[in-house]
Amino acid sequence: MSLSWILRRLLLIVYTVFVVSVLVFGITQVLPADAAVTLLGENATADALAAIRDRLGLGDPIWMQYLRWVGHAVTGDFGLSMRTGQPVGPEMVAALGRSLLLAFAAIALMLVVAVPLGVVAAVRQGKLADTLTSLVSYLGVAFPEFVTATLFAMLLADTLQWLPATGYVSPFEDPWGAVRHLALPVLTASVILVAHVSRMVRSETLDVLHSDYVRAARLKGLPERTVLTRHALRNALLPVVTIVALDVGYLLGGIIVIEEIFAIPGIGRQLMVAITARDLPSIQAGALIMSATYAVANTLADVAYAFLDKRIRYD
Amino acid sequence: MTDLLRRLVRTPQGAIGLLLLLVLAAVCLFGPWLAPQDPEKIDFLGRFRPAGAENWFGADQLGRDVLSRLLVGARSTIPMALAATLLGTVIGSVVGTASAYLGGRWDEAIMRTIDAVMAVPGLLLALLLVSTLGNGATNAMVAIAVAFAPGMARVTRSVALNVRNQDYVKAAIVRGERGSWIVFREMLPNVMAPVVIETTIRVSFAVMLFATLSFLGLGAQPPASEWGLMVADARQYVHQAPWILIAPSIAIAVTAIAFNLLGDGLRDAMNPRNER
Repeated sequence: MSLSWILRRLLLIVYTVFVVSVLVFGITQVLPADAAVTLLGENATADALAAIRDRLGLGDPIWMQYLRWVGHAVTGDFGLSMRTGQPVGPEMVAALGRSLLLAFAAIALMLVVAVPLGVVAAVRQGKLADTLTSLVSYLGVAFPEFVTATLFAMLLADTLQWLPATGYVSPFEDPWGAVRHLALPVLTASVILVAHVSRMVRSETLDVLHSDYVRAARLKGLPERTVLTRHALRNALLPVVTIVALDVGYLLGGIIVIEEIFAIPGIGRQLMVAITARDLPSIQAGALIMSATYAVANTLADVAYAFLDKRIRYD
Repeated sequence: MTDLLRRLVRTPQGAIGLLLLLVLAAVCLFGPWLAPQDPEKIDFLGRFRPAGAENWFGADQLGRDVLSRLLVGARSTIPMALAATLLGTVIGSVVGTASAYLGGRWDEAIMRTIDAVMAVPGLLLALLLVSTLGNGATNAMVAIAVAFAPGMARVTRSVALNVRNQDYVKAAIVRGERGSWIVFREMLPNVMAPVVIETTIRVSFAVMLFATLSFLGLGAQPPASEWGLMVADARQYVHQAPWILIAPSIAIAVTAIAFNLLGDGLRDAMNPRNER
């Protein structure tokens, strides 16, 4: 992994954020909402509206408005929320923190469940365990988050009353309460991930088990256990890094719905609130921060992959 | 074609998927005639009536027959998801093939831009587009199509890169054919097979995405009995009548499973060497 490769990856992040910023700004500019009217209300006088349009620079050409927005955004200044009047940037970053907590917990749970599931299915190919795993994965990818969330809430919160149905508790104030409140959202978020990743792990493990070096290890007389742990799994699990990174995209989308249902004040819910209220600065900041997070996650995965797999050489 | 169909039916996934889809297609076509009752008929005496002889799948908060609503609602769910996927596939495969044809710097620029657009999660992009276009089923459909296009472009381009190096494309270039002719007449028809597989599997995502948008109040609008909307309506009555929630949930899942199975079956059928 050379310095120029890393530089290239960093440049790609910059390009990604640039494209996303143009996209987000473009879409939100077409929004049928007049920022001045949103701020002052329907009954504002024409003079007041003109004054605020002038102050916000709404009369300027669109590229000038874009440059001004980007110029402020790179310093972390995303403007004031039209809904609350508070600075949008810090609010969104705090919300992102809560979402990342949820996302990391979901990924951790997924890895603990999906990897053993996929490996067992591959080792016992065609047997009952394999059939059950593929059944689980077909079911898992077929239920959208809002359905899984609602069904889990119905079962674990309403009927059995094991877990609180909604809400968020900071892990710094009440760790146990935080775990209990995060359990349902994390469970929901991990279902699709488990279904997807266990299938990938199964197919990767099968590929490796049919490879020459595994056959060689077996012919050498090594116990099956050693062949599996020392030879097969190391190579089978490597691509999982990339798959997980791609799934972060699904996860971030799914989080919007999950946070909305479980009333978690993360970036997804903030975005939904902003979209409903047509709060332009919040929509722009939320969408940009969320997409940038995904771009960074992907790059980190690529770097991790290159570190772990010594066979790959990038120029 | 019949050969492909025979191989498709021979795989267990393909057979089950095809069967489920035929049933769903019948429901979409004949739903209103199959429905035992008027899906909008309100019956206050029958509120939250459990499944039984009168309402096979129970009745909802207004006493409307859940089965009838499901059967009629298939029309406002599945065709929209299909249309969204097809539109996204058309846009994506044209862009992907064109990118592979142009090659070099153009290809690099187009693909890096597509990668960048894909950094926006699909649901988020769809949400932003719907909030701009306005709520409603058609706008949600367009939004999903646009959100799907980059992914389809990427898939098509990777196939089209191989096609680009085939002799018949080179011959067309040497003949001096126009770029659009080469993309549309020479390359596109030959990238279709993998694209069809990808499209089939994506319909299941589209079904879920469309239902999600409706669930969030941005897609299909009441009183449509779109399935995502039915789940959203049913949530507050979970205590009294869990079946109003479970029935549309299962309908969405069955549809998604059917397209996933068919996609996997097609993949196996089109690739005889693939034993798994």
